Amino acid sequence: MNPPQSSKKSPLSQRVVRGDFKVGHLPGFGAWTFLVFLYLYLPLIILIIFSFNANRTVTIWEGFSLNWYAEVFKSEPIRRAALTSLLVASIATVVATVIATLAALTLVRGGKFKGKNLASATLMTPLMIPEIVTAVATLALFTAIGASLGIGKVIIAHCVFCIPFAYLPISARLQSMDSSLEQAAHDLYANDWRTFRRVTLPLLIPGILSGAILAFIISMDDFIITLFVAEAGTTTLPLYIYGLVRVGVTPEVNAISSLMLAVSVIFVLLSFIIGRKQ
Amino acid sequence: MMRSANVKRWLGLSPALAVIGLFMIVPIIIVIVYSFLAKDPYGGVEPQFSTEAYKQLLFERDFDDTLLFSTVNLKIFWRSVWLALVTTLFSLVAALPVAYYIARQPEGRKNTLVLLVTIPFWTNLLIRTYCWILILRDTGLINGLLQRLNLIDSPITLLYTNGAVLLGLVYSYLPFMVLPLYASMEKLDMKLLEAAHDLYANRWRVFRRVSLPLALPGIVAGCVLVFIPALGAFITPQLLGGGKNLMLGSLIQMQFGASRNWPFGAAMSLFLLAFVLIALVLYARSPAQRDGNLI
Amino acid sequence: MKKLLALLVLVIIPGVLAQGELHFYNWSGYTSEEMLAKFTEETGIKVVLDTFDSNETLLAKLKSGNTGYDLVVPTHNFVPIFLQEGLLEPINASEMENYKNLDARWQNPGWDPGNVYTVPWQWGTTSFIVDTDIYGGDIDTYKVLFEPPTELQGKINMFNSWDEVLPMALRYLGYETCTTDTEAFSKMLDMLEAQRPYVKTYTSEGILDSMIAGEYAMSTYWNGASMRVRNERPSAQYAYPKEGVSGWMDNLAVAKGAPNKEAALTFINWFLQPENAAMESNFARYGNGVVGAEAFMDEQLQTAPEIVPPADADIKFALTCPPEYNDLATRLWTRLKQ
Repeated sequence: MNPPQSSKKSPLSQRVVRGDFKVGHLPGFGAWTFLVFLYLYLPLIILIIFSFNANRTVTIWEGFSLNWYAEVFKSEPIRRAALTSLLVASIATVVATVIATLAALTLVRGGKFKGKNLASATLMTPLMIPEIVTAVATLALFTAIGASLGIGKVIIAHCVFCIPFAYLPISARLQSMDSSLEQAAHDLYANDWRTFRRVTLPLLIPGILSGAILAFIISMDDFIITLFVAEAGTTTLPLYIYGLVRVGVTPEVNAISSLMLAVSVIFVLLSFIIGRKQ
Repeated sequence: MMRSANVKRWLGLSPALAVIGLFMIVPIIIVIVYSFLAKDPYGGVEPQFSTEAYKQLLFERDFDDTLLFSTVNLKIFWRSVWLALVTTLFSLVAALPVAYYIARQPEGRKNTLVLLVTIPFWTNLLIRTYCWILILRDTGLINGLLQRLNLIDSPITLLYTNGAVLLGLVYSYLPFMVLPLYASMEKLDMKLLEAAHDLYANRWRVFRRVSLPLALPGIVAGCVLVFIPALGAFITPQLLGGGKNLMLGSLIQMQFGASRNWPFGAAMSLFLLAFVLIALVLYARSPAQRDGNLI
Repeated sequence: MKKLLALLVLVIIPGVLAQGELHFYNWSGYTSEEMLAKFTEETGIKVVLDTFDSNETLLAKLKSGNTGYDLVVPTHNFVPIFLQEGLLEPINASEMENYKNLDARWQNPGWDPGNVYTVPWQWGTTSFIVDTDIYGGDIDTYKVLFEPPTELQGKINMFNSWDEVLPMALRYLGYETCTTDTEAFSKMLDMLEAQRPYVKTYTSEGILDSMIAGEYAMSTYWNGASMRVRNERPSAQYAYPKEGVSGWMDNLAVAKGAPNKEAALTFINWFLQPENAAMESNFARYGNGVVGAEAFMDEQLQTAPEIVPPADADIKFALTCPPEYNDLATRLWTRLKQ
């Protein structure tokens, strides 16, 4: 976590010159960000601490133990569930983000055309129907189709509900972007594809990144739709965890969650290193 | 020229519309059909036309089967709308400075911070919520700490309150607010900001007059991503609120569970869909959205 | 991308093609992995376990067909529904080699005469648990639960599902479970509304921890889980109310169109051996229906009052309630929590 930036600077240095990233620096925002991060991470501290609890429950601290991590590594179903979840989430994220990016470019940059609002409303529908209803109806649809797709059904269902989560940040980014830059580039290169590659896409990256991350975490968390759509042999991590929680949360759940966190931290470290290199 | 623009539009939109059309619009049609059928007593529907489900939205059969006008469902609906609104507002207030702060960080750091916001969400919703229970309950972290410091004698009730529900919901949806905001704020307004700085020479005014209006698409996107899912949320309110009152999400869930009344569950979710769509259209027509775009 | 595709293929193919596998669809947190490993070792059949959360989910999925599950575990009062919908394959358990091991009490049960479709997996009871350090009085009646004494007020948890709460309320008020008498429902609503101010939470999740931590002084609960609470909090006692206790039985059955029915039948027969059923009980902490399994069960399971009910306990296995009951119950529950 980043310590809050001190905002005590002389008035002179606030008058900013081009290229200085302190443009628009506001006092208190750093401290607020720090507090929000504290809020986000407080439960995780509890989670990680109890993953080392010797006791079977997560209520009473009995002593340090690596027992639950050993359990996780011994248990094939947990590992399979974690891998299935990662696989489903990765594919759904990639597919949903690509589809959402294309749609956002069309809807935001494509000018006015008939049925535009209808199209954007359609993209939002997966958000608007409660999960259980989507789950039941999608199950009915797959029944009608009849084919056995194995894990494919879960992946398709995840792609669908990931689309609005990927779409909204991307389209928000596009709307905030000044299209005059693209116009200028277009006049310069006179080639759509190059304008897109050289100007639009690089500017769009923060939106795409945000959309992809949201799609990923929403997929990693899904329970109800997966529960209904899954065929035999497809158990994702949430399905597995909900089961354990019903019987009483065991540190085993904390251990697998902590391991998932470790994986995510590795991702963040990688991004940090890449960011440094750039 | 016109034709090529149309072809491009078609190419850009067709994957999204194909996927959503087949796997979302078709299911919605199935839901509409379900809502007009009679319920199968053992879960599912029977192929028999019925409007009973829609009657149930506003009327209630008393235990002796007389039809009474009932506000029970509306009350539950209103409770969920209210909670979703407050959640959205709090998320926005919490997320705005964070997104702005991250957007102003140097290049290499930005992505790392964005990822850091989302790391907690690599764990399961149920587990995260459960951690809040351990923090908030009478024998939990906060009460334990306060008691050890001799600040309080007996535990103060934190869990199973509206505050706890709000805390949990805002927690659950925070990244869905931060990320769209970040996406629309990231670096774009630098030049404008510089100009504005020279003009106004007051950072807060620059923020209000320049940064916020530019971030408006992000604010809208974030509010949509928080408000709509929060409307159907039920696990967090159930676990942190103690389940004494039904939420719209749990009411619908119940119809597909033990109550085995699929048509009513379907009708209720269509009611929700209509409500959200109308809200979006009203927003698109409002002066806030000058170009009349839906989202 | 290529790697991703390869990985995808690796995951899909085993799910679709592997025929030698047994696909077991059971309640979550309810299957001993150790036992499954022993089964694989002895028979060479690999078991793939998936889990569900409610009978309704199982019902909806089996009704959709084409799910690929072999072995499923419906609760006794749902067995008639599954049969009526034609979702189970006959297994003719009575012709199995190990059927003789099945306790006579569970042979020919009301929900499946002649054990044509099911054999018992695990059974237990649903009642409530009280911390006797906080309330020392008799807990042999539902009165304690529904009209709680001052010591317990505000420290009570009720299951968040009417299908578990209402049978208790009906028994206390002297009605048959599954009654569709509207007067019974009016009375129940009055009683539950009067109880509501004293209820801390309505939840089915995390009861174990909250009881152990002392957040609750009383909660509706299952017998096996109650024993787990008592292990950590010895003052916790499971109640056997004189008005009667709800019993439930989860059963092994074979899904219609099971891809690997042979393996499922092998498993069922294998499970009826005492040492195997005992392994499952040692894990899930509930009783099984196999004679002689006690010898292989943990000492505590053989004597614990939660698992071995007192001789005078009145355990009733409610059968399937009519649809009208569900309607009335839903209305009651919605009004109670409006």
